[in-house]
Amino acid sequence: MSKLVSEEKIKNDGLKGIPFARFGQLKVSRGSWRTHIPKIDEKKCIKCHLCWLYCPDTAIKIKKNGFVYSDLKLCKGCWICAEICPAKAIKMVREKK
Amino acid sequence: MKEQKEILDGNTAAAYAAKLSRVQCIPIFPITPQTEFIDIISKWQRKKFFMPEYKVLESEHSVISAAVGSELTGARTFTFSGSQGILLMHEILYIAAGLRLPMVMVNGSRGLSAPITLWPDHDDFLAMRDTGWIMLATETNQELLDSIIMAFKVSENQKVMLPSLINMDGFIQSYTRTEVRIPEQKSIDKFLPPLKMKVKLDVKEPMTLGIPVMGEYQYFKEQVHKALLDSKEEIKKVCFEWKKLTGRSYDVVERFHLNDAKVAIVIMGANSTVAKASVLSLRKKGKKVGLLRLRLIRPFPSKEIVAALKNVKAVGVCDQNISPGQSGILYQEVKAALSNENKVVSNYIFGLGGRFVSEKDFEKVFDDLFKNKKEVRKWLQ
Repeated sequence: MSKLVSEEKIKNDGLKGIPFARFGQLKVSRGSWRTHIPKIDEKKCIKCHLCWLYCPDTAIKIKKNGFVYSDLKLCKGCWICAEICPAKAIKMVREKK
Repeated sequence: MKEQKEILDGNTAAAYAAKLSRVQCIPIFPITPQTEFIDIISKWQRKKFFMPEYKVLESEHSVISAAVGSELTGARTFTFSGSQGILLMHEILYIAAGLRLPMVMVNGSRGLSAPITLWPDHDDFLAMRDTGWIMLATETNQELLDSIIMAFKVSENQKVMLPSLINMDGFIQSYTRTEVRIPEQKSIDKFLPPLKMKVKLDVKEPMTLGIPVMGEYQYFKEQVHKALLDSKEEIKKVCFEWKKLTGRSYDVVERFHLNDAKVAIVIMGANSTVAKASVLSLRKKGKKVGLLRLRLIRPFPSKEIVAALKNVKAVGVCDQNISPGQSGILYQEVKAALSNENKVVSNYIFGLGGRFVSEKDFEKVFDDLFKNKKEVRKWLQ
């Protein structure tokens, strides 16, 4: 429900009115519309990190041991990582919801 | 304060204002009547007289995008365009206001194509009135120089944080030399401290600007609207400070012989000088006429207009612009401001595409205002 507020009573919030978000502040899950998620086979992975480089949503993260994993909060299931992987270590599997 | 007297045209006055404001970045693209500005800044760069980050880009769209980028990093940014150029910028002007970037731009106004013209009218400037920028219209080159420096001060206020657009009439101001007093750098440095943006791009603290929103969109628009409304008080304060510094006084509107006037015209831009001359000559003949010059277009000074025109019975809004199919643009706004007043408000369109107007033409407008009992909409042909 909305309410009627007269113009004079609207507060000027100053710098709060700037539409910005610091790193990590945006907590919206952007993966809700995907159908497939990447499944990474560490036996085949050659740690070339091309998937990390190509991922448009920075969803591919690098572990300490050099292998990669997919951050499912960010992954939109676009298949780019699977396409680009030279070792064919990434397979897209249908996500069960 | 010591001031240097010079005979300057509008482009040079704007360049001096940019220098005095210690602008750090000027992205630009040439367009008549602003081209000379580029020439001047290039010469100054070669002489190492004024050294901003100066880039001539491939189009106005890129210019304003670059200005948004440079302002986001916290650099004081200035640019200059007009006519078709500012129309090409239109899309990014909304973004600059939405991101609350305190840049300043000058619009050298020129009639819009087609047919093509190089001479001034205010269609280009007033087409930008819904973008969320603070909008000022100047009359003289001195006022242009002063307004640019004052605009930085207003825009960079933490409560305002909105970009400013300042209008200069092409040719009448841009290429006509008049006396301009250039203030001392020292006192301007005190008046206008360096820009400190609290929200800016920084590699150490990554952030995203212009985030996607759904229902919150209205909140941000409310904030732009409210900040713009609040900026009026800030403009008045800065004008007062400027008067203390230089002795030149400005206000959101300029009242010219309005105290005992029976009829008055409302006008903006450089042609007000011509209209003022006709007010003076009619006053000599004993006719009680006056003039109100609009300096501030956004936020619109409705209250000030009502107060200034309190004793006037007939008002003629002289528009050097046209919204085809409706009327002059200022007419709609002034009429809305005067909606609760019992006055005859008429509309006169003149000088489109820089068509010449003389003192005599404005005298005809005043005569018409004395005669009419109902509102009329006429053109000076």
